Amino acid sequence: MALLEVNDLTVSFYTQEGVVTAVDDLSYTIERGEKFGVVGESGAGKSVTALSLLRLIESPGEIESGEILLDGEDLLQMSDSEVRQIRGNRIAMIFQDAQTALNPVYTIGEQIAEAIRHHLDYDEEDARERTIELLDQVGIPDAENRYSDYPHEFSGGMQQRAVIAMALSCDPDVLIADEPTTALDVTTEAKILDLLEDLTDEFDTAVQLITHDLGVVAELCDRVMVMYAGQAVEKAPVEELYYDPKHPYTVGLMSSIPRVGDDSDRLRTIPGSMPDLIDTPTGCSFHPRCPYAEEACTRTEPSMIDVGNGPDAREQSARCLEYTNDLQHGLGFDVSIDEDLSERVPGDLHE
Amino acid sequence: MSLQKFILKRILASVPVLFGVSVVTFALMHITPGDIVDQLVAANPNVPAHESARLRREFGLDQPVWVQYLNWIQGVLTGDFGEVYSSSRDVSSVVLARLPETIILGLFGWVFAVLIAIPGGIYAAVNKDQLGDDVSRFVALSGISIPNFWLGLMLMAIFAVRLDWFPTLDPQTSLLSPSMLWWLILPGVTIGTAAAANMMRIMRTSMAEELNKEYVTAARAKGLPERTVILKHVLRNSLISVTTVAAFLTASIVAGSVVVETVFGWPGLGLELIQAVHLREINLILAITLFTGFFIVLANLLADIVYALLDPRIRDEY
Ligand SMILES: Nc1ncnc2c1ncn2[C@@H]1O[C@H](COP(=O)(O)OP(=O)(O)OP(=O)(O)O)[C@@H](O)[C@H]1O
Ligand SMILES: [Mg+2]
Repeated sequence: MALLEVNDLTVSFYTQEGVVTAVDDLSYTIERGEKFGVVGESGAGKSVTALSLLRLIESPGEIESGEILLDGEDLLQMSDSEVRQIRGNRIAMIFQDAQTALNPVYTIGEQIAEAIRHHLDYDEEDARERTIELLDQVGIPDAENRYSDYPHEFSGGMQQRAVIAMALSCDPDVLIADEPTTALDVTTEAKILDLLEDLTDEFDTAVQLITHDLGVVAELCDRVMVMYAGQAVEKAPVEELYYDPKHPYTVGLMSSIPRVGDDSDRLRTIPGSMPDLIDTPTGCSFHPRCPYAEEACTRTEPSMIDVGNGPDAREQSARCLEYTNDLQHGLGFDVSIDEDLSERVPGDLHE
Repeated sequence: MSLQKFILKRILASVPVLFGVSVVTFALMHITPGDIVDQLVAANPNVPAHESARLRREFGLDQPVWVQYLNWIQGVLTGDFGEVYSSSRDVSSVVLARLPETIILGLFGWVFAVLIAIPGGIYAAVNKDQLGDDVSRFVALSGISIPNFWLGLMLMAIFAVRLDWFPTLDPQTSLLSPSMLWWLILPGVTIGTAAAANMMRIMRTSMAEELNKEYVTAARAKGLPERTVILKHVLRNSLISVTTVAAFLTASIVAGSVVVETVFGWPGLGLELIQAVHLREINLILAITLFTGFFIVLANLLADIVYALLDPRIRDEY
């Protein structure tokens, strides 16, 4: 049994303009200790998915249907107090901007210790000790004294370290990291990602890493899900996604990673923008932007099809009519592997 | 910088403010026609003109304004606020006798305001745009709009006269006895209502704003119960903006005390001030104004201290 299993999750926001279906019939699984990447353009529904896992979707949003199974137990069927037992304890979250995620009027130490006291029933003194230990582990020097610092006395990188300490404080099974480094500069980003990798390896924590950066995914993740307009369009082990992407959108995303020494025509971004989620296009939601779209794509909604090939390949699936043989001309893309990228992929599956 | 130093600095900074207040009051008293002697004479038309002149000379009112001011401020600096002309009593003893009455009334109004505003504001913010919020907003708006003299009269008419639940005439018991509460409730509620309504609106707005912040989601994501999220994490942040406004509200409570004390015949400084203005008792007016100014400065200082206690970012700036 997978550690986390999301089945047919649909989340809508009832706004004045209409019903925004931010997450649409989404399914994926995360194994124990696995590092699972979620990528997609802004507005694809990544954060909404993350918040749904903690049942923190607020009005006007609503989780419409689906299942979120943690060790086989459905979070969506639990009472509020049962869910609170899971939040921060078995599923923890790291937010994009540590500065806004920390309460400015309480000390860093107190904000970490309160979760420990709450979930692990530690008394004041023990919680303090464990907090200092955690601060030390995430690389905050002089942790004992920094315990009583306020967030504004920490630098951005230190704040994010503190937030990581907070998330790991109760030794969660799943850690959701929603763009944990976008607020940081490049050097700090690299350090934080290393830290995240080391600690989650050490504690065997599963990670759902949300990011815009395919480079980060290549470095950190085992499997990836590509999201578009609230749906998964492709799921694959990270090597397959890079060397053998199956969905035109994935291909487009790949070619939009700028690389040093690239020809300028390979630096294109995907033309167009994400569709309005209130009134999504008929058929395949990507068809207005897809260079290979045919008439069928405007009518028939594709479903997720297993496309994995080769005995070594783990499950790979994509949502495109090509794989139900409904396209007349097929997908005409060629994937060229460039050296830069292959160096970034820590894989053993390719020769 | 330490808190003591900060407090000292603020008190010293209030000296020029109070000085300004005294100058303005002094000037206003001299711009308006008539003085204490005119008032005394008006009460008794048989006083001959040379007698009035003698009185003016005796009170020092015949000297140029700036000399009068210098004489007065010299006295003040040595702790002498002059005397009440009509009764020959010391101004400071009159003020000190009336001061506790006003302080008790103002404090009651304050406590009433806070007790209504904070829970009310929290409730409204948590149930934003629901029925409870609408009701509380309606109540708050009414509280702000109703003039306090009218509210005082209505409360008196309904609860004291019609229902006979509360006494109305000025209290004969000692100020600190428990039965005093019965006399305090109606004027106290009257004086506190507008402040309560204002504070509640600010509490609601600021809490609703705080509730949208990410640290709230982060606190919930830790698995904390909603009570803790609201009463620990959100409340303290929301109180920061309430504190800023609370100092202004103190001024409005002080100003309101003049009206409310008059309506209820409450023997405090406000009532005394009205009588002093009628009689042009300039020393008394100046002293009461100065005291009031001093209290408002004190209230602001207190607000700043609370502000610093609530918000560590401010504390660092001292
Ligand atoms: N509170 C809300 N009210 C209305 N619509 C919302 C709300 N929150 C999210 N949405 C909608 O849900 C969709 C998905 O948003 P989400 O925040 O999950 O995107 P994302 O993939 O995390 O994007 P980004 O990369 O910019 O963080 C968006 O179209 C957004 O408009
Ligand atoms: Mg997001």
